[in-house]
Amino acid sequence: MSSVSAVAPLRQESRLRSLADFYWTTIRLAVVEQFQYRAATYMYILGMVAEPVIYLVVWSTIADQSGGSVNGLTAGQFAAYYIVWTLVRTMNIVFTPYGWEWRIREGQLSGQLLRPLHPIHYDIAFFAGGKIPWLLYYLPIAGVLAIIFDPTFDVRPAELAVFAVAIWGAYLIRTFNQTAVGLVTFWTTRVGALFSLYSVLELLLSGRLVPLSLMPGWVQSIAWVLPFRWTFYFPIEALVGNLSDAQLLAGLGMQVLWMLIGIGVFSLVWRHAIRRYTAVGN
Amino acid sequence: MSDAAVRVDRLVKVFEVPERDEGLRAAARSLVRRRTREVRAVDGISFEIAPGEIVGFLGPNGAGKTTTLKMLSGLLHVSDGDARVLGHVPSKREREFLSRISLVMGNRNQLQWDLPALDSFELNRSIYRIPRDPFLETRDELVELLEVGDLVRKPVRQLSLGERMKVEIVGSLLHRPQVLFLDEPTIGLDVTMQKRIREFVAEYRRRHAATVMLTSHYMADVEALCERVIVIHHGHILFDGVLSGLADTVAAWKTIAVVLENGAGDLSGYGEVIHSDGDVVTLRVAKSETARVTARILAEQDVLDLNVEDPPIEDVIELVFAGEPS
Repeated sequence: MSSVSAVAPLRQESRLRSLADFYWTTIRLAVVEQFQYRAATYMYILGMVAEPVIYLVVWSTIADQSGGSVNGLTAGQFAAYYIVWTLVRTMNIVFTPYGWEWRIREGQLSGQLLRPLHPIHYDIAFFAGGKIPWLLYYLPIAGVLAIIFDPTFDVRPAELAVFAVAIWGAYLIRTFNQTAVGLVTFWTTRVGALFSLYSVLELLLSGRLVPLSLMPGWVQSIAWVLPFRWTFYFPIEALVGNLSDAQLLAGLGMQVLWMLIGIGVFSLVWRHAIRRYTAVGN
Repeated sequence: MSDAAVRVDRLVKVFEVPERDEGLRAAARSLVRRRTREVRAVDGISFEIAPGEIVGFLGPNGAGKTTTLKMLSGLLHVSDGDARVLGHVPSKREREFLSRISLVMGNRNQLQWDLPALDSFELNRSIYRIPRDPFLETRDELVELLEVGDLVRKPVRQLSLGERMKVEIVGSLLHRPQVLFLDEPTIGLDVTMQKRIREFVAEYRRRHAATVMLTSHYMADVEALCERVIVIHHGHILFDGVLSGLADTVAAWKTIAVVLENGAGDLSGYGEVIHSDGDVVTLRVAKSETARVTARILAEQDVLDLNVEDPPIEDVIELVFAGEPS
């Protein structure tokens, strides 16, 4: 039998450098894994495109029948809204509470807890990496939708810059929020009902179902003080709306605020939840 | 022993387990009022393991072995008592602690299921912050040692159980852990593969002066690797000492194998006949009676051969597991 030569424990690289290395490695891994399942990816894209196209057809038809616009939104603006919507929806896919439920119930979290790195880093890096192939798939889809629905775009460089930052802000807010919801599994074993409630609220108050500007004033007021708006409507509005520079910055500020709240809630829940882990099944 | 690699002091783990009777009515009632029961999986155990020592941790299913290993590796918080591994409190899960230990479980997969193991190794390199050159050196040596060179390029899901286990072990040791918790590492593997992994564990421990705590239901694993064993049952330690001493403590009997000149005869007058195979008759005799019975057989029978032995370790362990030491 041959032998392992070195006896001393391995020297470790610096913290920051190694964290960057971890993110880069995981992102590459996610890209590789995404490319591995082409058929599943194509089906997923079809499902992903179907939702905004349905909304788009409905609102474009209503706009046409209402003399060209609904509440000031023209068919072209609806087209722009939902084409960007598709991109934002793609970019803020995160590890769901169902995934956390599976990890906790089946003991799959054990492997991650044994690593000297918080599991949240893996989720952030892996799902960020998964977006790279998705972006490649999105571009031709957006092109086809643009040809069919003729969107109205009038984008300033500042709006483009804020959008580029805001979609990642949205991604992080959703990550921390949904992780916190998923961690409730530590107390309830199943998290589906809570996540359903969360999803309904998000659907209505984020601008995912209907542009928030079409909602009654009181709904818009509620949406303003909840996190959902800042994960859908704000990034879309930053690109296709007519927000002033001050409004753009305020939106980014709200994203930072919700990110900090999300990190705080997640950290608090994690600290208590992890004591309840039973590692059953693994 | 203050410099112990593993120190456990009156360690307790209590689980609260929900329970209800069968049927619809009980299920409906549990919606309103949930009934739970406390299970003391580990109940006040204490032991120490010196650096570089390899210890077999034995017990039947549900004895508390895996729960103890999970507490020592930081997966579970302790309910009471104290545990230290390499001076760390495991449940704090400090980076330095987690970088120096590894828990390998025979039924668990830590590798990326859909990708070749090489990709998972690369991920572990970045997680454990291992500089590239030593990583490649360790990886290649482990791959060579376990002879998995042709396996690490296949998607993990396409590997057999034994192949996956070997690859899993490579992934778990890339950061060269100083303390190794092995929970049934040879479970479900064929004899050749079991032997290979045993040899590997012995070699790894020798080369790295690693501390190893091993659970296994295969006594061959324990006999080949462990001088010392800790036997746990119902959360309590029943025995902690050298393997050969287990029989002295647990089994108050010895076996006497006798070959008579005129073939197998009736030796039931000397003790309990537990086996009779051709010319060999095996008796079970109380330890305190062994010398006297041996002398009587030699004096009264035409003996060709006679062997006095401790009972086989499997039988001793079975006695412990059955909770009926004689």
